[in-house]
Amino acid sequence: MIATKKENFLLKLRGSGTIIRYILGILAGGYLLWRLYRVFIVQSAFGLETWTRLLIAGLVIGSVYALIAIGYTLVYGVLFMINFAHGEVMMLGSFAGFFVLEATRAMEVNGPGGVATSFSNAYPGLAILLAFVAGMSFSALVGFYLEKIAYRPLRKAPRLIPLISAIGASFALQNAALLLFSPQTRTYQNPDILTRGQGWRLMINDSAVILPYTGVFTMVLSIILMVGLILLVKRTRLGKSMRAVAMDKDTAALMGIDVNKTISNTFIISGILAGSAGVMWGLHNGLLHYFVGFLPGIKAFTAAVLGGIGNIPGAMLGGMVLGLLEALGPAALDISFQLKDVIAFVIMIVILIFKPSGLLGEVLSEEKV
Amino acid sequence: MLNVSNLHVHYGAIHALKGVSFNLEEGEIVALIGSNGAGKSTLLKTISGLLEATEGEVSYQDEIISGQPAQDIVSKGVIHIPEGRKIFPKMTVVENLEMGAFLLRDRRLVAERMEAMFERFPVLRDRKKQLGGTLSGGEQQMLTMARGLMTNPKLMLLDEPSMGLAPVLVEKVFDIIEEINEQGTSILLVEQNAQMALSIADRAYVLETGRITLSGDALDLMENPLVIEAYLGG
Ligand SMILES: Nc1ncnc2c1ncn2[C@@H]1O[C@H](COP(=O)(O)OP(=O)(O)OP(=O)(O)O)[C@@H](O)[C@H]1O
Ligand SMILES: [Mg+2]
Repeated sequence: MIATKKENFLLKLRGSGTIIRYILGILAGGYLLWRLYRVFIVQSAFGLETWTRLLIAGLVIGSVYALIAIGYTLVYGVLFMINFAHGEVMMLGSFAGFFVLEATRAMEVNGPGGVATSFSNAYPGLAILLAFVAGMSFSALVGFYLEKIAYRPLRKAPRLIPLISAIGASFALQNAALLLFSPQTRTYQNPDILTRGQGWRLMINDSAVILPYTGVFTMVLSIILMVGLILLVKRTRLGKSMRAVAMDKDTAALMGIDVNKTISNTFIISGILAGSAGVMWGLHNGLLHYFVGFLPGIKAFTAAVLGGIGNIPGAMLGGMVLGLLEALGPAALDISFQLKDVIAFVIMIVILIFKPSGLLGEVLSEEKV
Repeated sequence: MLNVSNLHVHYGAIHALKGVSFNLEEGEIVALIGSNGAGKSTLLKTISGLLEATEGEVSYQDEIISGQPAQDIVSKGVIHIPEGRKIFPKMTVVENLEMGAFLLRDRRLVAERMEAMFERFPVLRDRKKQLGGTLSGGEQQMLTMARGLMTNPKLMLLDEPSMGLAPVLVEKVFDIIEEINEQGTSILLVEQNAQMALSIADRAYVLETGRITLSGDALDLMENPLVIEAYLGG
C-alpha cells in the first residue's frame, strides 16, 4: 500500500521529468566533455605519473568503500532499511584493531638473534592477523547488538521509524566512542613491514610513483573477502537462508529458516566486512578518531546506491567506481582536490533523482518497497 | 492429529477469525471452503506460525504448537504451501527445491527427493536451471508443491493449489494431492474450487467471515442445499 504509492511517485517523477532530464543530461554531459577536453587536450596538466598515482589511490579507497557498501546492501536486502550506523560499526572495528596493534607494538620480545624488539615487528603477520580478528569480531558484535537493540523492536513499525533509530544509533555510537576513547586523534601503529607511504617504486616518465604496501594489502585482502562473501552467499546454507529471507521472509520461515537468526547473521557478516575495512583504513590512512566512520560510511552508502541497493556485485562495483571517480575526478575536471567529497554527494543526489535503482539495480519488486 | 480450538486472530482492529474450532485426523483430507475474505488463509497462517492467535490454541500430535515460531513448526513435519505461488523468484528451480529441503542435512537424501520431484513434475526437470520468477504461473504452482514435498511432510496445509490453473492442470494437481495422501500425508486443503475439493476430501468445513458455519462428511456437504447454492454454483 505504501509501496504502490511510492512506486507511483517514482513513475510519475520518471514520466513528467523526461524532457527536463534529457536537457539537463545533455547540458551536464556537454559541460563534462568540455572540461575533459580542456584538461586532457588543451592543458594536458598532468602527466601519466600523476594519473597512475591517482588511479592507485582510487582503487585502494574504492576497495574499502566496496567492503563497507556491501554491509549497507546486505542489511537493506533483509530489512529494507539503511543502516545509517554502519560507518560507526566500521569506526569501532578500526579502534579494536588499533588497540591490538598498539599493544603488540609496546610488547617487547626477543626477536631473531636475541635482539629485543617489539612483538609487532618480530611477528608482523601475527600482529596484523590479530588486529583484523579484533576489528572484525568487535564490529560483528556491535552489528549484532545494534540490530537487536535498535532495529528488532521496530521490525513491524512504519519504514521511516527504523531509519530514525539508525540515525540515533549512529550518534549514540559516535558519542560512546568519544567518551571511551577521548576526542584525540590517534595514529595507527603499523608493523614496520607495512609502514605507511612505503612501497614498490614504479618509474613513469622519469618520476617515481609509489605503489604502497598498505594499498596493495588493502586491495588484495578486500578482493579475498569479497570473493569469500560471494561464495558464502551462493554456496552455503547461511548464504542461501540470507537470500531466501531477502526475497520473502514469510516463505523463508515456511522452509524452516529462522528469520531472526538469519537477520542477526546478516548484521554479523556486515560487521565483519566493516571491521576489516576499518582496520585497512587505519593501516593505510593512519588517522583514527571517533568521527572517522562518518565520511566513509556516507560514501559507502552512496556506493551502494550507485550500484543498486540490495545488489551485492552492485555494491562492489559502486565502491570501486566511487573510489575512482573521487580520486580521478578533481584532476580530470581541473577542480580543487578538496572537492573530492563533494563529488560523492553530487553522484548520490544525481542517482537518487535519475536512477534510484542504481547501475545494476532492478526495478524494486512490490514486496521490497 | 491437528486440533484447533476457539481460535481468534486479529489484524489490528480487524477480527479475522472469531473462534474457529476443528480437527483433522491422521490420514485424512479435510477441505476448508469459504468465499473470499472468509479467513481461510489466515487460519493456515496461524497454524503454521506465521500469525499469532489472540486467543485459543492449535495442537498437533498432542503438543500445543500455537505460539511457536514457524521454523519450529515446520521441523515437526507441518508444511504450509501458501497461496499465490510464493516461489523464490531469483533462485533457480533446483535452488528452490533445495530451500524446501532446508532442514534436511543429508545431501544424498535431498538429491533423491529432488529426483522424485522431477519424476512427478517432469516440467520442472526441463526447467532446472531457470529462475523461479521466469516460470509460467502453472509451473510456479508445480514448483511450490514440489518444494513443499521435499521434506516428506506429515501434514500439508495447502492454500488454493488450483488457483489460476488450466483445467487439465487442476485435474493433475488434485490427482497429485490424492497420491500424496495415499502415501501417508494428511492434508488440510483450502480451495475456491469447492467441487473438486469436496470430491477428494473425507470431511469438510465451511468458513464464513471468520466462523465455521457448516461441517461434515464431504459427500454430505456436496448435497447440502446451502453449500450447493453458495459454493457449487447451483
Ligand atoms: N495483512 C492483513 N492486514 C489486514 N487485514 C488482513 C490481512 N490479511 C488478511 N486480512 C483480512 O482478513 C480477512 C481474511 O483474509 P484471508 O486472506 O484469510 O481470506 P481468505 O479466506 O484466504 O480469502 P481468499 O479466498 O480471497 O484468499 C479479510 O477480510 C482480509 O481483508
Ligand atoms: Mg486466501
